[in-house]
Amino acid sequence: MAEVTYLEAIRQALFEEMERDPNVFCMGEDIGAYGGAFKVTEGLQARFGAERVLDTPISETGFVGAAAGAAHMGMRPVCEMQFIDFISCAYSILTNYVATARYRAFLPCPMVVRGPSGGYVRGGPFHSQNPEAAFLHTPGLKIVYPATASDAKGLLKAAIRDDDCVLFFEHKYLYRRIKEELPQGDHVVPIGKARIAREGKDLSIITYAATMWKALEAAEQLEREDGLSVEVLDLRSISPMDDEAIVATVKKTSRVLIVHEDTVTGGIAGEITARINDLAFEWLDAPIKRVAAHDVPLPYAPQLEDFVLPQTGDIVRAGRWVAKY
Amino acid sequence: MSKIDVIMPQMGESIAEGTLSRWMKKVGDSIKRDEPIFEISTDKVDAEIPSPSAGVLAEILVQEGQTVAVQTVVARIETEAGAAVASGEKPAAPPPHAPVPEKTPAPSSPPPAPLAPAPAAPPAPAARSGYGGLDSPGSPPKSVPANGGAETAEERLRRRSTPVVRKIAAEHNLDISTIPGTGLAGRVTKNDVLGYLEGGAVEVAPVPPAAAPMAAAAQGSSAPAAPASAPTVDPSTGDKVEPWSRIRKLTAEHMVMSRRVSPHVNTIFEVDYTRVAQLRARKKAEYAERGVNLTYLAFIAKAIAEGLRKHPNVNSAVSGESTILRRDINLGIAVALDWGLIVPVVKHADELSLLGIARAINDLGERARTKKLSPDEVQKGTFTITNPGVFGSVIGTPIINQPQAAILCVGTIEKQPAVITVDGSDAIGIRTRGMLSLAFDHRIVDGANADRFMADVKALLQEFPEAAA
Repeated sequence: MAEVTYLEAIRQALFEEMERDPNVFCMGEDIGAYGGAFKVTEGLQARFGAERVLDTPISETGFVGAAAGAAHMGMRPVCEMQFIDFISCAYSILTNYVATARYRAFLPCPMVVRGPSGGYVRGGPFHSQNPEAAFLHTPGLKIVYPATASDAKGLLKAAIRDDDCVLFFEHKYLYRRIKEELPQGDHVVPIGKARIAREGKDLSIITYAATMWKALEAAEQLEREDGLSVEVLDLRSISPMDDEAIVATVKKTSRVLIVHEDTVTGGIAGEITARINDLAFEWLDAPIKRVAAHDVPLPYAPQLEDFVLPQTGDIVRAGRWVAKY
Repeated sequence: MSKIDVIMPQMGESIAEGTLSRWMKKVGDSIKRDEPIFEISTDKVDAEIPSPSAGVLAEILVQEGQTVAVQTVVARIETEAGAAVASGEKPAAPPPHAPVPEKTPAPSSPPPAPLAPAPAAPPAPAARSGYGGLDSPGSPPKSVPANGGAETAEERLRRRSTPVVRKIAAEHNLDISTIPGTGLAGRVTKNDVLGYLEGGAVEVAPVPPAAAPMAAAAQGSSAPAAPASAPTVDPSTGDKVEPWSRIRKLTAEHMVMSRRVSPHVNTIFEVDYTRVAQLRARKKAEYAERGVNLTYLAFIAKAIAEGLRKHPNVNSAVSGESTILRRDINLGIAVALDWGLIVPVVKHADELSLLGIARAINDLGERARTKKLSPDEVQKGTFTITNPGVFGSVIGTPIINQPQAAILCVGTIEKQPAVITVDGSDAIGIRTRGMLSLAFDHRIVDGANADRFMADVKALLQEFPEAAA
């Protein structure tokens, strides 16, 4: 089988789920005839028609709300944010309305909100965000953020079939940069399960999305230059978080570095640190360290973007520090 | 249901005390008779001590790292299980000499150190300031003048232990302060503790400052045994700092002392081992049947023993302004171990056949590698042989093992082209050859003595009698 890009893996998941379940439909800006800003939905409208692949006005609040209504009625909508940065426009409907619907009124919300996220593409502050942490704080929302094509496909299928609202973050830097052969058949990756991307025993790097690849590069370098055996844990799901996998890797290595692309303050690394503190404090042999973006809007200037976002060298440096503590 | 005392054994006639380097059992463990229960470290050797009786380890009275006189009771064994300390149960009260409190805080005592807002080590700001105080690697933590005290950030870091280290230490009843650390500023890491428990990577037994371990070896010379104070060096990025193990400390002190005490002179002889090679080839299988690996070293040791009999002043020691000519010929054989160097001794080597010497060398080497030597077996050497030839070294200039007068270094033995004379005419032949180098103490051995001795050794090796093999 041919290798498939991360972007193509997402499109395959949409195709397969729309084929499988007539209640699945897509909504978003320019996703129909145009095929979406990044062409994720290309060919979808031609295959499934304009009724199931809907172009919407530029109103995230409006169409996410509409999706919630459709979900209450038994449909399974998939909303595309043209850039995930604009999910903040739907913040109220997602946190006040969708996340509480089941509790308030026994209203199921089987819907997905997905969109291109993240930086390293010179996108500047409006087109590079990683707002996952903003939603982690709201009970009632599930959050996934795959790093590989296989997980992108399998998690999107799981998200569409889930009976709750799932926020599906896609990393745009990975869209066409990574490729792999996908598992045959109906490939579904369970939500809430992390994945060991690399086995090691001296240090654990806990990460997800694009920085998973930088963590792997750093792990290689630390092995080559320092003889360190570095484990990389790819969370895949941010909510629910796989505490079991986190605790297992902490017990194995006793040294933890958490890496994410989102800004450091209030980022997910803080939450992971607190969980390790609760669940595995006695196994720690070094302070937990974080490598994440500086607390600034992401600059346009390439040099400044490189400085603000975590780079492989930053991970190597921090990993070395934690390993030698 | 009675208790039996376990005592610090006398491991050699001249040994008055021993350091308990490691407990292999903990309180509550059941023990079989003769099962090793602790490891001791004398200034000569490490050894595992078997239990005098079956039962349950009821009390540990001497902690790891403590040095006590021989015959001291180090533990008590409950000979019938189900007594005061049932197997598998934790003792109700902590054993005496429990780990230093500040390292294992009791629930009631406040946590150690980092309460004050003083800059915690590592203190330097990070290049990526958002990442919460990553020290720039390699830069040593800066000194922090404490209130009224002089504790530096480094000292505090050393004193601080992480949760996992405290957990393991508590489980094994260890005092963290006795374990050498390899972490930042010498902090004890999880690996250090695990290595310590395995008894492998780091050997531990703080040298009691009062009893300089090489004092016995250095007696007769007035020179101090301690190495000259060496400069301290700041490690650079990526460097690993390994504190010296006991064996490394002893080796370092001894080497410096020997170089200072004895004027070393080296003489080098080339030996034709062709005859030895032939004999060895012929006898190897026969020796192997008797469980002995016949090596070149055995032939050399045999020739040395013979040579020393003829040249007693090479088999001697200096004491004050006298030379002690040794009656016995006891050959020390240097054995390289993963964790250092040890020199077990073949006693009365001149009284042993080639088979006996070969067997003794095999046996001592094997037991050195498995830490099964008794202290007596590394004492009373009168002459030492070191064999870097096994690694390919052509020849070396070894340092004398004090207080002996000389040391022989065996170079690699290889086939070489050489001029031979057959029926009066010269030809190039393939010969098995190698170097022997003798380092001797010129205070008592003159060049002529040394060279005559070496010439005899060479002659014996080149014409090794069939009957002796």
